[in-house]
Parts: sequence; structure tokens; C-alpha cells
Amino acid sequence: MTRAVPLAPTRGTIDLVLRGRRHDVRGRLFQAALLLTLLASLGVLLVLLWTTWSEAAPVLAERGLDFVTSDTSSLSSRAGVHQGLIGSLILVAFVAVIAIPLGVAAAIYLQEYAHDTRVNRLLITNIRNLAGVPSIVYGILGLVVFVQAMRGVTGPDSYGRSFISGGLTLSVLVMPIVILISMEALRAVPSSIREAAYGVGATRWEVVRSHVLPYAAPGIFTGMILALARAFGETAPLLLVGAVTGYLNTPGGRGLFETLQGQYTSLPTLIFSWARQPGEDWRANTAAAIAVLLVAILAVNALAIVLRNRYERKW
Amino acid sequence: MGGGRGLSHQPDLFAGSPGRRRKERAVRALLSSAAFVSLAVSVAIVLALFGQAVSWLTRVDLGELWGDGWFPRQGGFDVLTLVLGTLLVAGIAMLVAAPLGLGAAIYLSEFATPRVRRVLKPVLETLAGIPSVVLGYFALTVIQPELVQRLFTTRTGAFSFLAAGIAVGILTVPLVASVAEDALFAVPGALREAAYGIGARRATVAIRVAFPAAISGIVASLILGLSRAVGETMVVAIAAGATGQALRTFNPLDGGQTMTGAISSLAIGSDQVKGSGLAFGSLYFIGLVLFVVTFALNVASERFVRRVRGAHR
Repeated sequence: MTRAVPLAPTRGTIDLVLRGRRHDVRGRLFQAALLLTLLASLGVLLVLLWTTWSEAAPVLAERGLDFVTSDTSSLSSRAGVHQGLIGSLILVAFVAVIAIPLGVAAAIYLQEYAHDTRVNRLLITNIRNLAGVPSIVYGILGLVVFVQAMRGVTGPDSYGRSFISGGLTLSVLVMPIVILISMEALRAVPSSIREAAYGVGATRWEVVRSHVLPYAAPGIFTGMILALARAFGETAPLLLVGAVTGYLNTPGGRGLFETLQGQYTSLPTLIFSWARQPGEDWRANTAAAIAVLLVAILAVNALAIVLRNRYERKW
Repeated sequence: MGGGRGLSHQPDLFAGSPGRRRKERAVRALLSSAAFVSLAVSVAIVLALFGQAVSWLTRVDLGELWGDGWFPRQGGFDVLTLVLGTLLVAGIAMLVAAPLGLGAAIYLSEFATPRVRRVLKPVLETLAGIPSVVLGYFALTVIQPELVQRLFTTRTGAFSFLAAGIAVGILTVPLVASVAEDALFAVPGALREAAYGIGARRATVAIRVAFPAAISGIVASLILGLSRAVGETMVVAIAAGATGQALRTFNPLDGGQTMTGAISSLAIGSDQVKGSGLAFGSLYFIGLVLFVVTFALNVASERFVRRVRGAHR
């Protein structure tokens, strides 16, 4: 005579039998409460996106592309985000050209070259601390160094309150983040890869360039995307290095360098200055500008998450 | 850092031709100079802040650093007003960020199945990517009118520390969650298995085993969150009161100034003092105070993080 044994006892039933068929009610409640905290964050995110969208949609629907191609204006019905969008892209280009090469190079040095000496430990601790410095302090740095001390280079006619100052300030701000992310990506490459290359007589730089970097590239690349998104949305330091919060006149017919030495604004700066204007129509404009900003940033973030999930490898 | 693998594999002995060696040296010099740029940045920050702050302090009447409020235009530089405002916002932010961030971290590391994780983790990552200026607008147009003004009907100002603090807290949740989750992740599985082996329940393992084992990292996450909240600017500049001046207050329903809010107001000249004399210079002094406070918090959290790493090696 065989006893009726369930063919595939689930983990739950085994748990239940082990605890003498008592349900772990408090445990379940605890778990539900924890899940609730996560769902609360999700809820806030959804409310934020929904309220922004419901306020932005009428403006975007009514003005269409005009909203994206119009310059700043004192009339809410004519103001657009064109200058802000172009400005933000130029600022991000600065970061891409300055902070990313410098940051990746520093990371390669610290992770692949540097021995565990006091100086190198100091460098790393220092970079960690820099990553935690509030962004507005970088703004003060930019104000003192780029706007005031280097005015002759950064923009003699704009009193130093130029694209160059803004771009350099953001680059300095993002660089520690770039270094830390890149170091982590390099650290994840197993040393057997390096040893294989050394084994056939490669120099250290040859090892890094042909073996380590290709394997670390997805991680570094993902980090760079997030760093650029961070720079795109950064506002506080730009207020100190003179991003224009009111009406901005961009004269045409200037060369590239003159443009870079000229006054500027950015998309988040526009949002900030519009958010301070009274009245319903400016409020709708602000929401529409936020929608443009969020579309850009969320798309970039989603790209980073997808890339990471695709290329993430376990060694 | 790579020091561990540095000495053991000296490839230089086999470097070969002089040309190759020269290139190697050049690359190394280039890379190391990039690494030292960060040191130059730190020195520049400290020098810029100290130099300007000291030069401001020598010009200002020190008695004005204590008064009944922050009125830079009238020469009232009561720093305590800003410190209290900052404490209020950061305190409220941590009341939001600590439960939400730690709850999320414990759930993700102790309870979530890999599939749930894959779905829920990006929520925090997305939240982390939202620019603070957006949350400032959200605090001003949603949190203040829909939440704060409904709960506390007696006060109906457009700005409040409470709304700003809640929004700053939301901004801080992803940071707290990710650092705390790393700490929980670093707790060895053997500890949990030992607890399961003597019949502990999942919740017990989470609360009594994993959480205490990761406590250093969890404290670090909270300190880091606090530092972030203290340094947060845009939310405060938009939602806590944008006038650039304030009476000293410790009421979360009032609007007012924080250190970061005051700096940004001075910078954009919303109080009509742009570039003129003593008022503008005060931003360097506040900047210095802000820098010192956040630096101390960051160093403290680094200490705690290191303790975790040491403990579970």
C-alpha cells in the first residue's frame, strides 16, 4: 500500500510542514510592507510622469514643433526651448570631449598601472570625496576659476559667463563619477585575461588596449551614458557660472569659438526660470519643457539599462 | 585598486625594443597626469572657497553673522537661519528616504526573486536619473498644494520646507537604496544559511542576521543620503522659498532659505544684489560651510563602508 505523496512538493508546502502547518503571517506582512516601500517609489515616479504629461500635453499639442524651435521670449505663448536644448547639447559635448577621456585615462592609470602606494590611495580617496561634493560647490569653483580668473579665455565679452565656463564646470563635476564607474568596469575584468596577454609578451599598455579595454568597454560605455545624462540634467552649478535665466539673445553669424565664448542657457536652466514665473500658462510651458527634458533623459537611461542587461557578463 | 595585481606581473623585464619602451613610458605619463587632474581640482576647490570666504569675512562686520534672519541685501547674514533651514529640509528628507530606501534595499536583496528584481530595480534607477529641477517643480506644483496644504489647512503659503524636504527625500531614495543593497549583498550567504539551518524564518534572517551584519554599510548609506540632501539645491531653490531672504524659523510649514538655496539666490540675483559688494561675497562663505559639512559626512560614511569590507573578507 503506497501513501499518497504529492509528486512535486513545492517549497511552500515543505516550509509549511516544517513549521508545523502554521502560516508565517507576520513574515508575510513584513515582506508586504517592504514591497510597499518599493511600490511607493514607483507610485511617486508614475504620479510625477503623469502630472507632467497631463499639463504638458496641451502645450505640446497646440504648439507642436514650434515649441522646440522657438527661442526664449517674454511671452509665454511664444517662448520655446530651442536655445536651451542646443545649449544643453553643447554643454554635454564639452563633457564628452573633456571629462570622459580624462576620466577613463585616470581610471586606467589607477586600476591598471598604479601600485598600492600612499599617493595612489590618496588619489582614490580624493576622487571618492569629489564625487560627493555638492554640485553647487562645483558651481562656486567654476565661478572663481573659469568665470573670474580665466575671463580672458572663457569669454571677454560675456564677462566669462559663457559656454566654455559652463562646459568646463560640468566636466569637472562629472569627471570623478566617470573615473569611479570606469574603475569598476576595469576591475570586473578577470586577471586571467591580462595574464594571457602578458604571457605572449605584450607590454602593459598593449594589454590594456587590446585585452582589458575591449572587455571593460560595455561597462564603461554604460557609465558614460549615465554621466552624460547627469550633465544634461544638472542645473545648480550652471546658475553660478552664469547660465541665463531670463531672455537670451543669440546673435547669428558668429564663428564657433565666438559662440562658445558667448552667453548661454540650458534646458534645465530654462525650466528653473520658467518654474519661478507666476501664472498658469508659464506653468504649462514649464511642464512642456520638463516633458522634453524627461524624454531625452529617460530615453538615454533606458538605453543604458538595456545595454547593461545585454552585455553584462559573469566571469 | 589594481595594486594587488601590480607587482606580481612585471612585464617591463620583457619590454623589448627601446621604441616600444618609449611609447610605454609616454602612455604611462599621460595616464598618470590624467589621474592627478582630480587632485588639482580638489586643491582648486579648497583654495577658491577658503580664499574668497576669508576675504569676505575680513570685510564683513562679524556681529552681522548673528541676527534674526538672512537678509543679505540689508547686511543681515544670520548663518544660523540657513543652517536651521538646511537641517529641516535634510531631516524631513531622511524621514522619507530612510524607510523607503532601506525597505527597498532589504526587499531587493532578501526577498525579491531574480525576475521581480529585474522589473523593480530599474524603477529606482529611473528615479535616480530624474533631474532635481524636475522634482523641484513637482514639489511646488503637486506636493505643496496637494499634500502639504491639504494636511495642514491653517497655512497656505506657496512654499514650505516640508514640501521641499519630501521632494529631496524622494531624490535621495535611490542613493540610500543602492548603497544599502550593496552592503546587504556583501553579507556572506553562509551566515543566512546558518540561520535557516536552525529553523529561522525569512523575515527573521533578514532582520536579525542580514541587517545587523550589514549595519555599517546601512549607516553609511544613511550618512551619504544625508550629505546628498544637505547639498541638494534645485528643489530647495524652487519649492522652499525663492525670495533670497528669510526670517529665522524652525517651522517646517514655513518657507525659507537653506544654505544651497541662499547660494543659488545670490548667484542669480533674485534679490537684486548681483555682483555688488558684501551680499554676493557671502555665497563663498556659505559655500565653504556647505563644503565642510558634506565633506565631513562623506568621510564618515567612507569609514563605515570600509568597516563592512573589512568584516566580511
